[in-house]
Amino acid sequence: MSEITHPLRKYMRPEVKKTTFCPGCGAGIITQALLRAIDELGINIDDCVFVSGIGCSAWIPSPLINADMLHTTHGRPIAYASGVKLGLPNKHVIVVSGDGDLSAIGGNHLIHAARRNINLTVILVNNGIYGMTGGQTAPTTPFGLTTITSPYGNAEHEFDISKLVTAAGASYVARWTTYHPRQMTKSIKKGIEKKGFAMIEAIAQCPVQYGRVSKQGSAVNMLKNYKQNGIRIEKAAKMDAAELKGKIVEGEFADFDKPELLAASAAALQARTGGNK
Amino acid sequence: MGEAKRINTGTHFMMGNQACVEGVIAAGCGFAAGYPITPASEVFNSLCKQLPKAGGTLLQTEDEIAAVCAAIGASWTGLKSMTVTSGPGISLMQENIGLAVGTETPLVIVDVQRLGPSTGVPAVGMAGDIVQVARGSHGDYQIIAICPESPQEMFDMTVHAFNLAEEYRVPVFVMAEGFVGHMRERVVIPEESEIKLVNRRITQGGEPQTRCDFLDPEVAPMPIFGRGLKTHVTSSCHDEHGNRNLSDPDVMHRYIMKPIEKILNKRDRIVEVEADYEGAKLVLVSYGCVSRSSRQAAEMARAAGLKVGTLRLKTAWPFPDKEVRAAAESADFVLVLENNVGQMYPYIKAESAHACKVDFLGPQVLGQIHDPQYILAKIREILK
Repeated sequence: MSEITHPLRKYMRPEVKKTTFCPGCGAGIITQALLRAIDELGINIDDCVFVSGIGCSAWIPSPLINADMLHTTHGRPIAYASGVKLGLPNKHVIVVSGDGDLSAIGGNHLIHAARRNINLTVILVNNGIYGMTGGQTAPTTPFGLTTITSPYGNAEHEFDISKLVTAAGASYVARWTTYHPRQMTKSIKKGIEKKGFAMIEAIAQCPVQYGRVSKQGSAVNMLKNYKQNGIRIEKAAKMDAAELKGKIVEGEFADFDKPELLAASAAALQARTGGNK
Repeated sequence: MGEAKRINTGTHFMMGNQACVEGVIAAGCGFAAGYPITPASEVFNSLCKQLPKAGGTLLQTEDEIAAVCAAIGASWTGLKSMTVTSGPGISLMQENIGLAVGTETPLVIVDVQRLGPSTGVPAVGMAGDIVQVARGSHGDYQIIAICPESPQEMFDMTVHAFNLAEEYRVPVFVMAEGFVGHMRERVVIPEESEIKLVNRRITQGGEPQTRCDFLDPEVAPMPIFGRGLKTHVTSSCHDEHGNRNLSDPDVMHRYIMKPIEKILNKRDRIVEVEADYEGAKLVLVSYGCVSRSSRQAAEMARAAGLKVGTLRLKTAWPFPDKEVRAAAESADFVLVLENNVGQMYPYIKAESAHACKVDFLGPQVLGQIHDPQYILAKIREILK
């Protein structure tokens, strides 16, 4: 009798037999989208280096993916990945981490990596809350929502991360919810192939923490919400603020070409020294 | 005219920070990251011009946290990597210095120290970080730190720091004070063939679950990225293969102890001092630029018939405990001279107080280098 194995199992460490994610977590869908993108592009997994920070989403590649992996401190994976990319310019350096990791404690590295347009691919998993530590308010938690650290309602306004990273100068920015895994996969493929900084913001359900405090409940209900309230960026452009309330704008926020950091540095050195070492 | 030389062989009149840059190039550094800060800026400024021509890569980061992280990331690609900063930058880097220790990453950190706390006085070069580089990140760990006293040693010790980092897979600090970084003196840079370089051992294949990538007291070969080695590097507690393990107390014990033993077992090869105290009743113990004043004060005292010797700690960490103990046991008095309020004094006293009297002498006015006459006056007071 032949054993049936998942077609993406070949990219996973053989000794890893389980995930660390809660039932219903969106991380599984995102893992599939990422590995499917690599598979469809025909990239050798040994030509990838994965870098992650601290938080649930950082465990998507670590220890699961059977490739070089650098699991770093909280907030800093993009800074580490920048050093990896400059040391290995021909490898695909892919950061997977959460909204707390990359937009709160690590927000400075996110915008500066986008500004210098270094050729990284960042999968930013946005579940709107600190999941691993027990449901605290994040910079992505909606205004007014009650959480364990905003028991009287969140008095702060949330980041629009895709707009932030677009404004910071990234070459490619896209946002999709876990209800749209095929679009997400396509954007990850474009992000990996883009010569420049690429971020895919993956809106993901956290039924255990976010689902509880938002009263959206189960993973299924949260996915239904993504289905009902997800709206394409082209359509959203024609709507006013009142109409957009509660909607999740999805699609490509940025997709253009401009000099990438390594190429620009090499070109500048060549121009000034004639390549003379 | 022949091909331009890779290193700047010759005799120079050179600033300490520039001598450090020449050392970085001579050591074969492939990556440097930095953020502007007084009194260390000259190092990164010059590297930005010189390192690309030597085939290296740089990144001016958004802060010192990113600088140390990028340098660690680059080290995992196989490049000799470094960053350079001063006290406030070290304070920001501390968490990720811990990652470099925990993941056994070769890394050189040049710390051109300044007066603190806080923003303090950027251009005044006190030895403000001598303990925080050893104890500033959380948890238990062991790094290496060496203390140049001159521009010549800014060159020599920078090369040596890379060699130590590569040999032991550990962060190594070059603890220059701002005074040494900004001092201008004669610097001799040897022929390239005369400079001894050490390169890390690199893993040559195999599977992570059967290799030993971490926690080897004899220093495991480094499974660098980009070679299909499928290395798993985590700053969390991990076993010899890099597998995260947060439940087995034995793994936790090894995760803390093996990287410490890796350094301490070899401390006799690592620790360097300059001892000149034979027959002395009083030994002046110092490190960094104070050692220059210490030597001169000892010479003046000897000329006046006083039995005074010196012990200079070229290595600050691992702490030269045996060497301090030997000096204390041979003398009646140890006088500790430090360019701060006495950061190393408790460590030195702990190794001396059983054998002799111990006292501390900071600068007359903090921010000034000890005047040898001021040290001599203290010597006379003690020995009268």
